[in-house]
Parts: sequence; C-alpha cells; structure tokens
Amino acid sequence: MITEKDKKSALLEFIDNYREKDNFESYLIAVLHRVQEVNGYVDEASMDLIAHAMGIPTARIYGVATFYHFFNLKPVGKYIISVCMGTACFVKGANAIADKIKEILNIETGETTKDGLFTLQEARCLGACGQAPVLMINNKIHGRMTPKKTADMIKKIKRNALKQKVQGQR
Amino acid sequence: MYKEYSIIICSGTSCQKGVPGELTEIARQVLLKHGLDQKTKISLSGCLGMCSKGPVMIINPGYTIYGKVDAGNIGKIIENHIVHKKEVTEHVIHEDHLFNRFYSIFGDMDFFGKQMRIALRNCGIIDPDDIDDYLSVRGYEALARVLTDYTPAQVIEQVKLSGLRGRGGAGFPTGIKWELTAREKEPVKYVICNADEGDPGAFMDRSAVEGDPHTIIEGMIIGGYAVGAKNGIVYIRAEYPLAIKRLERAIASARKEGLLGDNILDTQFCFDIEIRLGAGAFVCGEETALIQSIEGFRGMPRPRPPYPSVKGLFGKPTLINNVETWANIPVIILDGAEWFSSIGTEKSKGTKVFALAGSIKNTGLIEVPMGTTLREIIFDVGGGIPEGRKFKAVQTGGPSGGCLVESDLDTRIDYESLAAAGSMMGSGGMIVLDEGACMVNIARYFLEFAQNESCGKCTPCREGTKRMLEILTRITEGNGMDGDIEKLERLGRMIQKASLCGLGQSAPNPVLSTIAKFRSEYEEHVIDRKCRAAVCTRMLTYEINGKCVGCTACVKVCPTRAVSGVKMNVHVIDQSKCIKCGACYEVCKFKAISKQ
Repeated sequence: MITEKDKKSALLEFIDNYREKDNFESYLIAVLHRVQEVNGYVDEASMDLIAHAMGIPTARIYGVATFYHFFNLKPVGKYIISVCMGTACFVKGANAIADKIKEILNIETGETTKDGLFTLQEARCLGACGQAPVLMINNKIHGRMTPKKTADMIKKIKRNALKQKVQGQR
Repeated sequence: MYKEYSIIICSGTSCQKGVPGELTEIARQVLLKHGLDQKTKISLSGCLGMCSKGPVMIINPGYTIYGKVDAGNIGKIIENHIVHKKEVTEHVIHEDHLFNRFYSIFGDMDFFGKQMRIALRNCGIIDPDDIDDYLSVRGYEALARVLTDYTPAQVIEQVKLSGLRGRGGAGFPTGIKWELTAREKEPVKYVICNADEGDPGAFMDRSAVEGDPHTIIEGMIIGGYAVGAKNGIVYIRAEYPLAIKRLERAIASARKEGLLGDNILDTQFCFDIEIRLGAGAFVCGEETALIQSIEGFRGMPRPRPPYPSVKGLFGKPTLINNVETWANIPVIILDGAEWFSSIGTEKSKGTKVFALAGSIKNTGLIEVPMGTTLREIIFDVGGGIPEGRKFKAVQTGGPSGGCLVESDLDTRIDYESLAAAGSMMGSGGMIVLDEGACMVNIARYFLEFAQNESCGKCTPCREGTKRMLEILTRITEGNGMDGDIEKLERLGRMIQKASLCGLGQSAPNPVLSTIAKFRSEYEEHVIDRKCRAAVCTRMLTYEINGKCVGCTACVKVCPTRAVSGVKMNVHVIDQSKCIKCGACYEVCKFKAISKQ
C-alpha cells in the first residue's frame, strides 16, 4: 500500500532530479505532469509541496495549473471518457455523442459521476481524424462512433464494474 | 542480418486504435507456427497516410499493401501470403503504391500519383524505432556533410537559396530567421522544434514525429550548427504519447551513436536535445507563448519586437521552427537548394503536408508540391466526396483560416494565393465540407474554440471573441436580430486589428470568411429562421408524414407530450409543445418523421 508519505517523498525525489539543471524553475510543468500521472489530478497539497521544494509561490503554480487544459484540478473517475471535438469529428457528429453521454451519465463536461466511475472530458483533437468521430476511454481510442455504440460501450463498462464489485465482496 | 520477408505494420494512432502490439504479436505467433520467425522482420512504421483504409500492413518483397487488417484476419493474410504464396485479394489495396525519391520502385498511382514526399519521405517506409533503418535511407548524411564541408554561414546560405518558408502557417522565410539568430553574439543560444500542433483536425506533426523522428533531430542539429546553439528543445503536446515515446527513443539512440552530445561525429561541435511537454493550450503554438510555457509560466504571448531571434528563451537568442520545416532541412542539404527551389511556385518552394479530413473518401495525410490546385488535392488525391454528396466548401488553416468554395477550387496552393482567396495556408489542416454542413454552425464552432483558447491577456481577443460568440450562438438558436451580421463584421475587423498575437488577430477569420462567401445562409438564419443544412436544431420543424404506421414509439419518448395520436393511426406533433429534441426522429423506425 502506498501511503501519502511515500507519495510525498517520491514527488520530492522527482523534483530533485531537476535541481542540478539550468533554469530549474522552468521544469514546473514537467513536475505538474508527474503529479497528475500519479494522482489522476493536481491536488492542492501537492501544489504547496512543490512551492516549498521549488521556491515558487503557490499562487503562481495555481495560475499555471489552471491555465493549461491538460491538468485536472478535481479528482477524476476510474474511466475518463474524452470526446474528440476536433473539426473532423465535429462535422461528423461529435456533439450528438457528447450529448448522449451527458444524458446517460447525467453529468456535464468536466464532471465526474457520483459513483466515481466516469469523468467526461472534451478533447481538442486526438489526431485520429481518419476515424472520425472518435472518443478516448483511458487512452484507448475508439473510432467511427455513433450515439448508440457509445451507449452500449458505457453499459458494458458499468456491467463489468458491477461484476468486479460483486466478486470483490465475496 | 538478412531477412527474406519483411512485414510492416502501420502504427499511427489511427491504425493502432490504441491497442499497441496486438497485431504484431499475432503476426509473430503465426510466423513462429510456420518456422518463419527467423526469416521475417516485423517492423512498425509511422503513419502511411491511408487512414481511411487502416489498419494497414505491407508485406515485402513485392510491396503488397493490405488494408482493413485486424486481429481477426491478420493471421490468415500472413499465412496465405507468405506460406501459400497467395495474395488475399479482397484486402489488397491496389491503386496505392508509393511515390518516393528513395523508393522509385514503388511506381506511380492515383493516391500517391500527384503527391511528392519530401518531409514525409521516410514515413511508413522505415521503422522509426530503429536508427539503422534511418541510416540506410541516407540518414545523418546531411549532418556529416554539413559538419565536415560547410561553414555555418554556408549552411544558412543553402537554406536561404532553397526558398524554404515556415511550415507552421505564417510562412516566414526560414533562411532569414536562421540568419537573424546567427547574427547575435550571445554565447548561449537555443534551437526549438515547435511540435505543439494545436489546430483541431490537423495531425501532420504527430504523424511526422511518429513516423520519422530522426529526420527532425537531424534537422535540429544542423540548425544548431548554423546558428551556433548547443541546446535543442522539442516542445510537444502531451496529448501525443506515442510520438513522445518514439522521439525519446530516437534521441537516446542518436546519443548512443555519437550524433548528439559532445563532439558530434568527432568534430568540435556539441549539441543536445531535450523534450518539454505542452499541457493543452492552443496559444502555446505561438512562439512567444511557447517560450513562456517552456520557462514554466502561463503560456501568454508578449508583444514583438524583440523577436525570439534576439531575445527568446531565458532571454537568449532562440531559433524556433515547426516540425515540418525541420524535416525539410536534411533534404535541402543532400539534394541541394537549387533542386528544392525547382519545386513549387515562384514564392512558395517545395512541398506541403496536409491532413485531409471531413467529408472526403481518402482521409489521411498527403504531401503535394506547392502549386497543386485544391481541386487536384480534393478530387484526385482525396478521391472526392463520398456517397455522391455535393462539395460545399473546404476549410484550411484551422481556427485561423477560412472557407474556400467551388469557385476557388482552381486556386494553386501557396501562401499568397490562399491568402488572396480569403483563407490561409495554416499548418495544414484541410477539412472538406459537403452540403450537409451549416456554415454558420461551422463558424460558431471555430469561434468557440478560439474563445476557449484565448489566453485572456488582451481585451480585443478576450472580450471581442466572447461577444461574437454570443451573437453567433443566438443566430444558430433562431434568435438572430436585424443587424447581427453587420455587428459580427465590425467586431471581427476590430479584433483583427487590435489583438496582440496571431491567435487573436486571426480568430475572427472563420466568421468573416464564411460571411463573405455564404452571406445568404447567414441571412436565412437571421431573417427566415431557417437552416438549410438542417443542422441548427432549434430552427427545425419536426413533422410526421404518411409513412407513419401508428406504432406509438414516438409518443413514448417525447419528453413534452407533444406527439399525440391513436394506435395504428397517423400521429401528429403539436408544434407549440415541441422542444426540438429530436428524440422522436431517432426512435422512428419507419422514417415517418421529417425535419426541415
């Protein structure tokens, strides 16, 4: 089991990797990437920790974290669904797919379902325009989507999650 | 070691669909079963550009291209082709062979016939993870020549002579940029590769990095030598994990071979490259914002001058070029500036990579000589519009560009003529729209993007795009007011003139260009409250026609009880209650509901 303390020292160790480099402070974004990779989102405690370790005011770190769309500032679900909103996907009906997901999961873009299973995000362009419209579930791209296919996919994930939960209780 | 067969599996994001290694693993199993594993080399290539037919696999010798390969059929195809010596004809892609200078054996053909691959010359042909593959196609030869035979000034002279212009979109002459950076006397300078490909609908840089990372590294080392820099940085989107992985590996293997680091190829020259990740901000494609981002700040542009060539990253002279620009450099050195400048038009030399997407048969990556017409790109290379629909417009330049129509199709692709026709070259996204697209809605889409990505530093862009978006949204929702179109034009021109950076200055372009070319469509939306493409749903009317059998499915789904009727009889929709959600339209199995 990884404790909060372990996480903390791992992050400090990661920051120390950069300490010898020129313009040490400029690696702030790389450090934030690391936090999100480990945590799923950039939490305030980590921002404070980085502030002390790197000598950058938390206010500036918060400013950077909020500026870039890639960073989540709230916890995310187990499954992150990113609907591609690139032009190619948009003209092929990405909106209808996003609407379907919102309807099924009862969340808006950027929100997470109450059971902590799904987070809905919009991606700018996943670069898989040949398969438009596409969506990505946890870094796996699914191409040529329709609202119906999307609904089926979510149903399947829900069913599997339920199965795992039941098995876990046994 | 010599191998009798080679199997190349395209591993671009589109073909892999995120299941890395699955196809390779099955191929390996099949070969093992037939004792062919020692005789066959399996490699992964970058994007071949045939995304619509993907996943794609090539079997050599013979260069047979197989399309729509998947986990279910790859085993059978390999067995038939290699073991039984029989082509699996239904999967063979016939018309496609490669045009390539290094691989003339591939012949000429429809998809590749009008193409000319310079920047993408190795994409799909070599294994991007194997530096030996790159070396076998004269890789790093240009670097060796530069370091031994050329002075930095001579390199710059060559780049200037070639007429190469920045492929990121603005088209600034590359050689002059190099010269300006070289002129500075600072001991510390930086060379940056801008791989923050932000345009929605564009994936040229991703494919180039995934398919041939060494070309970019080689280009950057040459650039570093020319301007006197020791530090290279690739700024790449975090959204492209595969490209990042490939680039990391390529840098590591180049370092191992003594092509990066101290005393490159036993000369006095030292140069190294590090990767910095972007974090999803479109504005960071702008060079001054990109620099802010590498420095660890919010990516906000600053006014120029001073230009980055004088005061750039960490206050030092900095040379920034786009991925595609870098990829052209080794070719210019090897084949000569004169040869390079013989391709293209008077003011735009060489080739340009485009990402074809939207309503077009061959979606994917293409590279054509400058001066090719839009018609040739869309109808010859791209294969035209699918399902017999009619061409309506082509959008180039992404959120900074504009729409071109039927009468513009014979425009030759170069920086000046595209600008004159009311759009721009941009980084290379090309989205084809058919009659099913609503131009007002497309304009709103791009403006929403620009508004979302506005960094908020200068008022015209921050507030102006917001107001424009409000007007456009109201038009698409059927609440347009008299004078709205004129307001959009006036605001748009103001934002163009008063914004600080390129993003703001070009943000109104999609709106202004669609108003210029499709004014009647805007007027229909505002005055007649009608969307001829039936896209703006709030303006539609749903009606039940004679095909209705009275199954009551629509009655059940209607959230406002607007549909009524007796079972087995034709139903009706009460327009005063209808909220135009489209639920009835979706559920009807008899096509009995029409929307207009």
